[in-house]
Amino acid sequence: MKKVLVIAEHLNGQIQDITYELLGKAKELAQGGEVAVLLMGKDMKDAASSLGAADKVLYVDSDALAQFNPQTYFLTAAKAIEEYQPDIVLIGTTSQGMDLAGALSARLKMPLVAYVGALEDGKAVSQLYGGKMNVEVGLSTPYIAAVLAGAFPADKGKADGTPEVVEMAAPDLSGAKVRFKQLIEPEAGDVDITAQDILVSVGRGIQSEDNIPMFEELAQKLGGALACSRPIVDNKWLPKSRQVGKSGLKVKPKVYLAFGISGAPEHIEGMKDSELIIAVNTDAKAPIFDYAHYGVTEDMFDLVPKLMEKL
Amino acid sequence: MNIIVPIKQVPDLVEELEVDSSGKALDKEWLKFRINEFDDHALEEALLLKEDLGGTVTVIALDGDDVDKALYTAAAKGADKLIKVTGVDAELDNHKAAKALASVIKDMDYDLILTGVQAVDDLDGQLPVLLAEYLGLPHIEVVTGVKVDGNVATVQKEFSGGIVGEYEVDLPAVLGIQAARETPRYVPVAKVRRAMRSAEIEEVNATVDDASSALTVERMFKPETGGGAEFLTGSVDEIAAKIVELIKSKI
Repeated sequence: MKKVLVIAEHLNGQIQDITYELLGKAKELAQGGEVAVLLMGKDMKDAASSLGAADKVLYVDSDALAQFNPQTYFLTAAKAIEEYQPDIVLIGTTSQGMDLAGALSARLKMPLVAYVGALEDGKAVSQLYGGKMNVEVGLSTPYIAAVLAGAFPADKGKADGTPEVVEMAAPDLSGAKVRFKQLIEPEAGDVDITAQDILVSVGRGIQSEDNIPMFEELAQKLGGALACSRPIVDNKWLPKSRQVGKSGLKVKPKVYLAFGISGAPEHIEGMKDSELIIAVNTDAKAPIFDYAHYGVTEDMFDLVPKLMEKL
Repeated sequence: MNIIVPIKQVPDLVEELEVDSSGKALDKEWLKFRINEFDDHALEEALLLKEDLGGTVTVIALDGDDVDKALYTAAAKGADKLIKVTGVDAELDNHKAAKALASVIKDMDYDLILTGVQAVDDLDGQLPVLLAEYLGLPHIEVVTGVKVDGNVATVQKEFSGGIVGEYEVDLPAVLGIQAARETPRYVPVAKVRRAMRSAEIEEVNATVDDASSALTVERMFKPETGGGAEFLTGSVDEIAAKIVELIKSKI
């Protein structure tokens, strides 16, 4: 019997899927113990009703928690953990979670295992090296696990029910050195990659910005659009609106053609539900092939011209 | 504006990774190392801020694989000072790495610390927040934009779906950089060689007490590969024909 605490994540007032993914896992890890969710926000108490899979919702209300803030959320979570004394804390490996997990681990001296893709009592598997290597670690409670998005099904964390809501006081947040200013919605791109039937997606393996037009042409010939993985956007070869993955967009096209994408977990998260995935990568052991339906290890620069001839 | 940039070397994932005979660590014999790509972005952002505001950029790294080369490369790009922290083995232990770096950085004069948002071997969590906590500083992770005005930085933090949060943070602070505003600059090898002759690496020994990640690595193993994909074989022409057929069957 364990006490498991899930740190809820919300953005624009919406509880994020990762919260349900963690909640489902928390129920399994609790083994009949107690599952609590820590919900921090402003006027968000009603959202507790959407967390029916939990036994308890620890709710902290403050103006300083109205939007995610790396410092106020951290200080509040640290206080809640000290008061609640969970055996296991589950946090998402997300933009928000990455500001909390390590800081909580250092402050509270609780071990932290990150990039968790599998978790059972006393054992976690962390996906490292861009998904090319798994590391199994032994764990004794109390500990914090930062879990990859999509590692566990969200369905198991969704249930009707009315968990008990326990209001907790926020710590003194008046001197916070980090202040939230505003949320900026993404600029609408020229193309909405989430609305395409066919995506041609390119990654680091295309080597040069000069090769972008060739893939753009292929996408057009197929009647689809060009998308990409994160390094392409970081290099400014394509705009952010074309990025598939954790910090980009989730896509579910009928056909996803991946060129030179190795398949880091952050990318997989954004495309793994595509109906047909064909991956082209000269590295036969690239993780993308675990998720692709069909794989090709030929040189893409030989293959693409042939493809275009046939279209 | 004095900026510190902690960097680290990581295995180049272009190479095949193998597990060593202990079954718990990477076989390093054939590995190539390169700078953590996000650290490269952090360095770029630091150099751009220096170009805008003046000041210095100090690059600091724990001693390790090919670290001198990474430091000299940073100097060739424009870093003013290079520090190598010796005496600490922090493999798969960012808690320990952060403590060692903090023990050296705490006595330095700085306004801002920029480092990569994450690295491919962050078993026990990402470095920026650990370092911030050990230095008693505020932190922001997943940063894609930094503007500094006096002792306040305005920072853009990326959430999922391309939504960005804008924050103000009092300096000094630690920022985990996802992407610099420009592509990290390239330096020719000749310039790195010149830096090796002219730049100096200051070595500082650090002692870190035992407190570290507190994780026990039981085993390291490759995930099942090729499990999902059926590989298309034959001539390039045949493969192209098959792909076209597959696509046409879906639309």
